[in-house]
Amino acid sequence: MSERPERFIIDGKRLDGRSFDELRPIKIELSPLDRADGSCYLEWGRNKVMAAVYGPRELHPRHRQNMTRAVMQFRYNMASFSVDDRIRPGHNRRSIEISKVSREAFEPVVFTKFFPKTAIDVFVEVLRADAGTRTAGINAASLALADAGIPMRSLVSACAVGKVDGEIVLDLMKEEDNYGEADVPVAMTVGEEITLLQMDGHLTPKEFYKALELAKSGCRQVYGLQRQALVEKYNKDYSVDEDDARSDAGGDSDE
Amino acid sequence: MGKTIVVPGDILSDNIKMSGSGTYVRDGEVCAAVYGILNAGDRYISVIPLAGKYIPHANDRVIGIVTEVAYSNWIVDINAPYEGVLHISQYPQRIDVENMSRYLKVGDCILTMVKDVDAGMRVELSFRDRENRRLDDGRIITIDPTKMPRVIGRSGSMIRLLKNEIGCGMFVGQNGRIWINGNDDRIDLAIQTVKYIEDYAHTPGLTERVQAFLKAKQKTRYGRTHESAESAEHVESAENTEGTDEVRNGNE
Repeated sequence: MSERPERFIIDGKRLDGRSFDELRPIKIELSPLDRADGSCYLEWGRNKVMAAVYGPRELHPRHRQNMTRAVMQFRYNMASFSVDDRIRPGHNRRSIEISKVSREAFEPVVFTKFFPKTAIDVFVEVLRADAGTRTAGINAASLALADAGIPMRSLVSACAVGKVDGEIVLDLMKEEDNYGEADVPVAMTVGEEITLLQMDGHLTPKEFYKALELAKSGCRQVYGLQRQALVEKYNKDYSVDEDDARSDAGGDSDE
Repeated sequence: MGKTIVVPGDILSDNIKMSGSGTYVRDGEVCAAVYGILNAGDRYISVIPLAGKYIPHANDRVIGIVTEVAYSNWIVDINAPYEGVLHISQYPQRIDVENMSRYLKVGDCILTMVKDVDAGMRVELSFRDRENRRLDDGRIITIDPTKMPRVIGRSGSMIRLLKNEIGCGMFVGQNGRIWINGNDDRIDLAIQTVKYIEDYAHTPGLTERVQAFLKAKQKTRYGRTHESAESAEHVESAENTEGTDEVRNGNE
């Protein structure tokens, strides 16, 4: 476990050199898993998460089926090696809570009505944790759901804000999260409808509204990256070289 | 003509009458509901999904596998989140409940049609049509159901191409299962071609690509025969020549 740093902000910069409204670098890889219907691997700073989506598929046990809509199941899990001290594998109080709030971040967005009696299963595995794993998990899960072809009202983008040294800052890293004054994860749709909002620590109402605005700007940035990843995936999968592109001007018979 | 990729939530139009499949209406605007390719027509805007599960609809022709013989029903896996139910009365002849597995047993593959899907997603299958039957030979492969229209082609043009060029029997079920019949070489080639179509499903000029792919495949086969004939083993080269001849005959 790292020591508490004396100061979080030195010369207007944060510990890792970021400004107050700067995200950590994000790397997205779509469909890394063959057996899943949709999947996404996401690196966010030093976080590494893998999301897999299965479904819509038959839900067992049967009594849990809903006759009018699909049931969403979300499992957030941290690998035992994801943090410095090994954590006991399996569900704990924290992971159960995160699974629940993450599921609720997607339930209003997914068109569950299209698939009565089925289950849509989302698995988020945290391989390396460095603050903000639930938001990273939601971002990855959102892409994995899109990758699985599941109809949704919008992608969901998530980002955290917090308070360190009396300043509102975007996207906390580990030391800021552990020793900061507040942590506010936010998830929202493109239409800026918030589907997840939690707060740990203390903020004045004024600070809170400032934090929320900052979080929204972070989510918009994340959304841009998510969208870009999906578009690039298509271009990578179906890249057509120049010659082919020209020859099809005449023969578009299969469209 | 580049294809436009849309992601869920993208605004596509402000005319809500244009809302087609893969879209929904939010605040008087048509938005994309799935990740896919934008298909903007004159009257409708739709999104062609790039992935997804097969959801059964009435009159779909599907390939199923019997998973259970229940009392007066066969339970059939139709590659969907829902199981298909084939009632004994749907069988073209009268069967006693005790003898059901004499006609269709667990593991049998059948070519069947979705008769009806009710609100509770109970999928009733029909086995009455002339074309409905048990599949006793050939092979079945499964591909992504969203790519099925590409394998079928416009009013069946792609299937016709494959059947003619390869010289095999083929039935494409709407649930992503394809039944291919013929000798082993041709089935192998047909499977490779279908996989190729699946990989390049959303590229323009697919028909030409597939034709070129088949031509190249046949050429390499011919070349390989020559090599092996030169190198050694009599038996093997004889076999190979035979195989090549067959393929060539199929094309004529």
